[in-house]
Amino acid sequence: MQKPTYGRFGGQFVPEVLMPALNELEEEYERYKGDPGFLRELNYYLTEFAGRSTPLYHARNLSKKYGTKIYLKREDLLHGGAHKLNNTIGQSLLAKYMGKKRIIAETGAGQHGTATAMAGANLGFETVVYMGAKDVERQRMNVYRMELMGTKVCPVRSGSMTLKDAINEALRDWVTNVENTHYLIGSVVGPHPYPMIVRDFQSVIGKEVKQQIMEKEGRHPDSIIACAGGGSNAMGIFYPFIDDTDVKLLPVEAGGCGIQVQGKTATHSASLGAGEEGILQGARTLILQDRYGQILESTSVSAGLDYSGVGPELAHLAETGRIKPGNVNDQEALNAFHELCRLEGIIPALESAHALAYVKKMADTGELGDLVVVNLSGRGDKDLETVLKLKVTDNEEKQ
Amino acid sequence: MRIAEKFRELKAKNEKALIAYICAGDPSADATREYVHTLVKGGVDMVELGLPFSDPVADGPTIQAASDRSLEAGMNPDTYFELAASIKEQVPLICMTYYNLIFRRGVEKFVKDCAASGITGIIVPDLPIEETDDILKACKAHCVDMIFMVTPLTDKERMQKIFTKGSGFLYIVSRLGVTGTRADVAKSTKEVLDKVNTALPRAVGFGISNGKQATEVIAAGADAIIVGSAFVNIIASQDNVEGRLEELARELKAGCIGQ
Repeated sequence: MQKPTYGRFGGQFVPEVLMPALNELEEEYERYKGDPGFLRELNYYLTEFAGRSTPLYHARNLSKKYGTKIYLKREDLLHGGAHKLNNTIGQSLLAKYMGKKRIIAETGAGQHGTATAMAGANLGFETVVYMGAKDVERQRMNVYRMELMGTKVCPVRSGSMTLKDAINEALRDWVTNVENTHYLIGSVVGPHPYPMIVRDFQSVIGKEVKQQIMEKEGRHPDSIIACAGGGSNAMGIFYPFIDDTDVKLLPVEAGGCGIQVQGKTATHSASLGAGEEGILQGARTLILQDRYGQILESTSVSAGLDYSGVGPELAHLAETGRIKPGNVNDQEALNAFHELCRLEGIIPALESAHALAYVKKMADTGELGDLVVVNLSGRGDKDLETVLKLKVTDNEEKQ
Repeated sequence: MRIAEKFRELKAKNEKALIAYICAGDPSADATREYVHTLVKGGVDMVELGLPFSDPVADGPTIQAASDRSLEAGMNPDTYFELAASIKEQVPLICMTYYNLIFRRGVEKFVKDCAASGITGIIVPDLPIEETDDILKACKAHCVDMIFMVTPLTDKERMQKIFTKGSGFLYIVSRLGVTGTRADVAKSTKEVLDKVNTALPRAVGFGISNGKQATEVIAAGADAIIVGSAFVNIIASQDNVEGRLEELARELKAGCIGQ
């Protein structure tokens, strides 16, 4: 009766009331994932509405600076400004095929919420998004964007008031309204079948990279780098390369202000690198927890990486050694943010800046090889307020 | 005390059971010990002692707030078991908590610690039957009952599986949603009870907060009622807590007698 897992990780640790819904979701997904009509419609939305495929861009100036050939997978150019729409279109369409009338979602940075609002408006759903009150504060523009598209945004004031708490609240909504509602999880986290479904819908990133790099370079990249909070953009770009063992797969987590624990707070969000096995929000995975199993609050300058867990499949791949997790701290990410703006004329999301910072950090080691693909998972317009605030503080400190 | 023994005792008196939930350590371990005493004095037959978790997804705002207060005051699994062992009342104690705390301590050790501190039942709201092989083995070895929930959405096939794995009693969630008090409880209760065909005692929870609802749920065929948030609200108010806990217990227990 055990459900598919990733090694020891994964599973379905949820209240009994959700089990019928998870079983239904799994069955319906199995039914439609190979259905020509469903795939045609999915492809239509991805192409005509979302703007796929996204370019694989040779970042000449960055390449020159670090002495290795660097390509950026431009998910920042997707409609909505991040990779999130790949998944929300896929799941919304699935919800439509399943006959659901309402979709709910959690959001951290607001990117998944915005992408859900877009898909929800376009496909005609009543849409509700739960967002930690702290994130509502630091991502005001995304809140307004969601509201413009008819989505109700509910600020969550429990716990740390960030992504983890938004997921808890969305789960509570789902427990109550499960009959007519689809819970549109935004990352490769949560109970089975979510990590699988989200990974599959995001795999379009890696599939395109594979084709594009063969066209441009005639070979696989030596390494692929992606930031990882829950890990959806990382799984999306890694997954089609899992069996290509000549390609190094490098997820980069948020090092925050150092890999430490202070009281009930981890000063980072590096669950893959520094977390321990446990059960959080429906899955057995690596999580930030105290000795008793209470969940620690995570820390990161980037709301989208600020999460106490990580997708179970990433936990498994890290354990088997197929992926090699690393991390960069807030300051390194901010430096990389500014560097990409100036060198390439691209403003990256602070999440994606973590992946870029890892190039900077590892360039001299030779670890990355001669051909590197970085997943530029989102654009940074949403982060300007955060960056500006930090800059002001920084200047004040210098004075 | 084992749960089955309590149900036998009540049956002989032609009574139904009142099960109370409170969060251990809210606001302190000493207070919890007093509250258990008071509740039992008021007629409570079994006590669910919540072991607080930082992320209680199956609970509503009332119990999340209680968990936060308790954690803030320093409750942890070590002090929880000390507290349980120090409770003198001769009623079944049931541990209600989330799976990560059990997993982290080690499933076998957690269940052993339960048994050693006088806890004879465990409820884990985020652990469906698919994930229970380890804990069932430990429960069997240490003579602790594993209590499962069924909901209005649980179909016949799942019910059957749950009946064969669970012991102690069956926890019937009377309506969809998280824990918390609600105005109307009775309607969906009867529907679910009609679907549940098991030899296990049938305890109905989620949403019961007063004597009238207790009477209705018992009349609908329940063997026990579970009341949590209504007690937790009294504790949160810090206003004549013991007097009101006892009073509410009496009111609820009256609905469990002589029907």
